[in-house]
Amino acid sequence: MVYLTRQEHFNAAHKLFNPAWTKEENEAVFGVCANENWHGHNYNLYVTVKGVPHPDTGFVYDVKKLSVLIKEHVIDQLDHRNLNLDVPFLTGKMCSTENLAIAIWNQLLPHIPENVQLHCVKLYETPRIYVEYFGKQE
Amino acid sequence: MMQKRVSVYRKEHFNAAHRLNNPQWSKEKNKEVFGLCNHENFHGHNYELIVKVTGEIDADTGYVIDLKKLSDLVKELIIDRFDHKNLNLDTLEFKNLNPSAENIAVVIYELLKPKLGDNYDLQIRLYETERNFVEYPV
Repeated sequence: MVYLTRQEHFNAAHKLFNPAWTKEENEAVFGVCANENWHGHNYNLYVTVKGVPHPDTGFVYDVKKLSVLIKEHVIDQLDHRNLNLDVPFLTGKMCSTENLAIAIWNQLLPHIPENVQLHCVKLYETPRIYVEYFGKQE
Repeated sequence: MMQKRVSVYRKEHFNAAHRLNNPQWSKEKNKEVFGLCNHENFHGHNYELIVKVTGEIDADTGYVIDLKKLSDLVKELIIDRFDHKNLNLDTLEFKNLNPSAENIAVVIYELLKPKLGDNYDLQIRLYETERNFVEYPV
């Protein structure tokens, strides 16, 4: 089994805000991240798939195809967008890095071919903060 | 005898939302010139700021400038002002100025320079992304 990773990036605005709470509660829990006029990040995304290299190509998966898939289903929908307002697959979700990683996984999973497995979505919100999601644990 | 001149650097960072938009232009022209960066619901970046201070080494301390004091100054004048903010909506500096990386670097220079005094040369390097950065003055 070999693990193959493609790195992509996108820049987006967001805020952490629970609409069921008061402004004061949001500020108490989320601090500056609750700023009502948004703030933003350069997100770095690492998508890892795993599989056995094919004898004809030596590839686990054509990494160009993986890149196109990530671009189409994730980057094109998130890059230079407001995560809270502009992204259908995030509607009604809290825009934490955790939830964003899960949502990206769910966006990609249906498009990964049968002979490879999606292994990990690793998402950096800043150079110092990142999350990893390995899918639903059995 | 002239003391030796040395440059010292302090690195800081802030996360902010912005958009590039010229209010004197039509929606179409803004889109044409600024592309994705014009997106009306904003997007955002992790800005990395490098403040370069050049001066003579003080004979008593061995310092060009106390880097802790420089750090406090940058925090007070720059980071507290811009971190987790919307540059277009939440700051006076960009009410009527497009918050391009170029303009942000000039604004940061103008905010810091008067506090440093004439004994120091100041240069700002601002990374908007890992791949895009600007310097002022040149």
